[in-house]
Parts: sequence; C-alpha cells; structure tokens
Amino acid sequence: MDQTVKLGSLTLKNPVITASGTFGYGLEFMRYGDLSALGGICLKGISLAPRAGNPMPRIAETPCGMLNAIGLQNVGVEKFLKEKLPYIPADTTVIANLYAQTPEDFGELAAIFSEEDKIAALEVNISCPNVREGGVQFGQDPHMASAVVGAVKKRAGSKPVIVKLSPNVTDVRVIAKAAVDAGADMLSLINTLSGMAVDIRTRKSRLANVVGGLSGPAIKPVALRMVHQVVQSVNVPVIGMGGIVSAEDVLEFILVGAHAVQVGTYNFMRPDNAFRLVEEVRVLAESLGIASWDDYRGTLKV
Amino acid sequence: MIDSQTPCRDLEVISCTPAKDPSLVDLVLSAPGWTCKPGQFVMIRPAHWGAELVWPRPFSVCDVSDQGLRIIFQTVGRGTRRLAELVSGQKVTVWGPLGRWFRIDEARPNLILAGGVGIAPFVMLARREKTDNLSMLFGHRLDLEHYPYAEIADRIKSEAMQQKTMADIAEFETVLSERIKALAGVGQVLACGPEPMLKVVRKYCLLHGTDGQVSLENRMACGVGACLGCVGKTVAGDYVQSCVHGPVFDVREIDLGD
Ligand SMILES: Cc1cc2nc3c(=O)[nH]c(=O)nc-3n(C[C@H](O)[C@H](O)[C@H](O)COP(=O)(O)OP(=O)(O)OC[C@H]3O[C@@H](n4cnc5c(N)ncnc54)[C@H](O)[C@@H]3O)c2cc1C
Ligand SMILES: Cc1cc2nc3c(=O)[nH]c(=O)nc-3n(C[C@H](O)[C@H](O)[C@H](O)COP(=O)(O)O)c2cc1C
Ligand code: FES
Repeated sequence: MDQTVKLGSLTLKNPVITASGTFGYGLEFMRYGDLSALGGICLKGISLAPRAGNPMPRIAETPCGMLNAIGLQNVGVEKFLKEKLPYIPADTTVIANLYAQTPEDFGELAAIFSEEDKIAALEVNISCPNVREGGVQFGQDPHMASAVVGAVKKRAGSKPVIVKLSPNVTDVRVIAKAAVDAGADMLSLINTLSGMAVDIRTRKSRLANVVGGLSGPAIKPVALRMVHQVVQSVNVPVIGMGGIVSAEDVLEFILVGAHAVQVGTYNFMRPDNAFRLVEEVRVLAESLGIASWDDYRGTLKV
Repeated sequence: MIDSQTPCRDLEVISCTPAKDPSLVDLVLSAPGWTCKPGQFVMIRPAHWGAELVWPRPFSVCDVSDQGLRIIFQTVGRGTRRLAELVSGQKVTVWGPLGRWFRIDEARPNLILAGGVGIAPFVMLARREKTDNLSMLFGHRLDLEHYPYAEIADRIKSEAMQQKTMADIAEFETVLSERIKALAGVGQVLACGPEPMLKVVRKYCLLHGTDGQVSLENRMACGVGACLGCVGKTVAGDYVQSCVHGPVFDVREIDLGD
C-alpha cells in the first residue's frame, strides 16, 4: 500500500506525525529511530523569546492519561534555528509549532519560519491551557482566533498554516469555522483538556500550577467526537490527535475523516513507539484491504 | 541479532525477589553486557501494562553484568506495586542507560552518602571501582539486612546508622555534617537518597566548601529530554531536564529549594 497522504500542498510519507511537546526537537529520539521515516515531526511550541516554563511539579500521571503544566518552556526561535534545526536530518518533514501572546508576535514568528527551507508547515497553537496570556483564550474566542490566524497567514509566505484547536470550548465548530474563514489551510485537534489531580494527604494539587492539560488514552473518545464534528463542518484537511496508542486508533481517526494523525503521550510510553506505529499502521491497513488513504478516509457509516 | 547497546528493547525478567521486608524488591532482567556508569538510570515499563499506567518508571542501575541488569526498588505507589508482581519470563520494556553519572576522583577521598534505597547505584560502583579512596556512610530506616549493604561493605570501608526516631535523624544530620566538613578541600561526597537528606548534604557542602554530587529523583515521563516534566532549577535560575543534565548534579549547580 502507498502510505502517502496529501494535505493540500503538504505531502506526507505516511499519516503518522509526532505531536508537539511530546517529541522535543526530534533530536532526543534519533537514538530510537529514523526521523525521516515518520510522516512528520511537530516540534515543541516555540516562541520569539526563550521561556522558562512553570514551576515543578509540572506533570502527574492519572488513570489512562497524564496532566501537564509545562508552561511552554522552550529555547526561543533564535537558539532553535541555530542549535536545533540544523541537526534534524534532511528528508524529515518538520512542522513548527508557534506560540505567542499577541497576533503581531505570531505574525513575526511566521515570518521567521517562512524563510526556513527545512520547515514544511506551521502549526499555530491557540490552545495551550497552561499559560496565562495568549494560550487558550485565543482558541476560545472566534474573533481572537481569527485575528491570530490572519496575522500568521499574512506573513507565512508559501508555508501551509495549520491551526491547532482547543477542546476546552462549548462548540469546537465555531472556532474551526473562524480559523478557516481567516485563512487556515488545515486544522489540527485536539490539544489537552483542562484537568486537575489532588493529593488528599498533603492537601495540595499534584501540579504547582494547580490545573494542567489532560492527554493520553483517557481523552480519545472526546478527540474522536470533536474530529468527527469538525470534519463535517469545514472543508480543509484535518489532523486528528488525542490518546492514540495503536494502529487501530490511527485508523479510527482516519475513518471519521482525518487526513493524518499526531501521536503525543504514546511517545513517552516507549521512545520508539512512533517509528513502530508507522509500520503497524501499514500492516493493519493492508490486512483490511485498504488500497489508499483516500479510499478509506471519512467512510464512517452513520 | 540484537545489538547489546540497542537503547530500547524488551528484556526478560530473570528474577523478581522481595527482600526480607517486602517493600524492597530486587529485580534482575536479562541484559547482555551494557556499558553503564554508576548513577545512570533506565526507564522501565512492563510490556503488558496496557494503557492504564502511561509512564514508564525510572530506576538507578544497581548493577549490570553477565548475570543481567539489576534494579532494587521500593514499592511506594501504583507503578512499583505492579512491578513487584513481575515473575520470571515476563517481558519488560527498558531504555537506557540514561543520564549523567557519579564522577569519581581517584586521586582524592570519595565518600558515598546513601540513604535508604538510595544505596542502589553504589553496588556497581563498589564492585568495579575498588579503590582505597572510596568509603560509605549509609543511613537507613529498615534493618540493615534488607539492603544490599553487605555487598558494598565487603569491598569498601562502610558505616551504617539506623534512623527510627526524630532523634536518630538529628544525629544522622550531625554525623553527615562532620563527615562533609572533614572532606572540605581534600575530597568529595557522592549522595543519593531521599530529598530531605540531599538538601542537608547540599547545605553542609556549601557551608564547608566541600565538593559534592547529588542524584535527584524527579518525576519523569520520557527519560530522554523531551517532555520537560523532570526539570530541576539551577542556581542561575534556569530549568534543566534532570534526565539528561542529571540525575547527578554538582551541589553548586543545582537549587534544591532550601
Ligand atoms: C533517576 C531516578 C532513579 C531512581 N532510582 C530508584 C531506585 O533505584 N530505586 C527506587 O526504589 N526508586 C528509584 N527512583 C524513584 C522511583 O522512580 C519512584 O519511586 C517510582 O517512579 C514511583 O512509582 P509509583 O508508580 O510506585 O509511584 P506513584 O504512584 O507515581 O507515587 C506514589 C508516591 O511516590 C512518590 N514518587 C513518585 N515518583 C517519585 C520519584 N521519582 N521519586 C520519589 N518519589 C516518587 C509520589 O510523590 C507519591 O507519594 C528513581 C527515580 C529517578 C528519577
Ligand atoms: C508534556 C506535553 C507538552 C505539550 N506541549 C505542547 C506544545 O508545546 N504545543 C502544543 O500545541 N501542544 C502541546 N501538547 C499537546 C499535544 O501536542 C497533544 O495535543 C495532546 O497531548 C493530545 O495528544 P495525546 O493524547 O496523543 O498526547 C503537549 C502535551 C504534553 C503531554
Ligand atoms: S523525563 Fe521527560 S524531559 Fe526528563
């Protein structure tokens, strides 16, 4: 089977992309597999200036999932371009994940990345629940979402713009529509669900930030429902994610209409999981007699 | 043919034996001769865990030899309780060896300060590095026979102190302080144990100007530097991943929040 998928102007070798924040800058996983064999890698969120992130503890394990409140710690765009990007092997499809606190700064980041040949697409994170300014408030208000997407689109040159949606809204279709109307080439969803875990003995939250973002298998049903809703309501390619830990999970997202998927927490369960998944997805698709992803995508019977 | 240094693979459980006190477990996995340094760790996750526990668990390598990869762990929560149920023949996914190790200074005295299960990484060190410049002070809560103390004490000069009461803990702190002071300018300490103990070690190292290294046990999700969940704070105020920049840090480099 030919695993290739086309998302507008972006072509991927296969539908498996690693999710932002769970795969570092890719370099951390080079001992565990060949990055260029993946559909793509989505980088940890990058901002104009370096960010220190939130105090410890920042992560907590929950049944079938985890909470994180990293707070977008990153080296900043300048250091990333100098010290990380050159070491990512050629032939790897690299998606930059952008975070800023104003639409102007989002635009500035887009302009910087638009000059980089090695960056295949831009994913705009308007959905991080762990930062005070910017973050999820952009992803909860259609006007603000639209302002950010417009600012990025204007300066992204020929790079496709993916807008990453938050599940922490009443109706995800409203924001999806606003993003597409403002020029988004694709949508990706879902980011983490706002959640909490507490310790009855210390009487403290398990996270210094008190609340964090829930990810992992626990959120898959929510993610699948939201991808299903968004695919019905917009006309751009959708990248689905949330709790994917097997080849079956990948096919479920494609069945409801996703063009590609991202795997997040699964990368922590075993560092070569994304690489193994590419092969497992191929084997499963072939065993089901699927000839191409175009044939299978969105064929859910309702 | 599996490369013996393949960084992630499934190893078979050779034995999983509770110590006399069942809260301590001695786990041996099939591992054809890794090169690994004392203080380095591995991430381990039983192959059959399914989705309920999403993280692997980090453990110091206690020893690695032709017999296999040995880990000694304390059961404290959901993960370690389930690890304790492993039986021989089951498969465990392991990646490592990871992180920075204890750096021995062969020309000067090196004093190991171990607390409880923090003794684990020093078993390999004592076996390999038999040098006249190595000694150990061990603080423990359970009776001595539960720990691999004798394995170390047979090879290097060792003393042990049990802490059962608050007074015992206070006395241990006094002895720690004296030993650290005695090494000022002439040697170094290597410490692994519960965080309150590491804070005490760091405090006296800084007070007396003694060189020291401490191993941190921060919560980890990936072990490879990607999740940013395990960070420690440097004295300069930066967050650094303890899985790749540590877990062993110089006492002058890391801020333990005291
Ligand atoms: C580099 C490194 C080396 C380690 N080496 C050893 C070792 O050789 N032997 C050993 O017994 N343990 C070691 N630990 C600690 C061990 O990883 C934890 O005890 C284990 O992850 C707890 O898992 P759990 O699911 O049983 O606990 P959980 O259910 O996650 O938590 C139960 C309790 O344990 C505490 N806890 C959780 N994680 C840690 C942690 N990382 N350190 C201390 N307390 C924790 C929690 O705060 C909670 O109170 C090491 C940790 C690190 C980071
Ligand atoms: C530790 C951690 C850090 C994350 N950091 C980012 C980030 O920087 N930018 C972003 O858009 N999403 C981030 N995410 C969200 C993931 O990309 C993904 O949307 C989410 O984890 C759901 O997928 P999963 O269930 O497969 O993990 C992070 C998730 C985790 C667990
Ligand atoms: S455990 Fe993930 S960065 Fe250290």
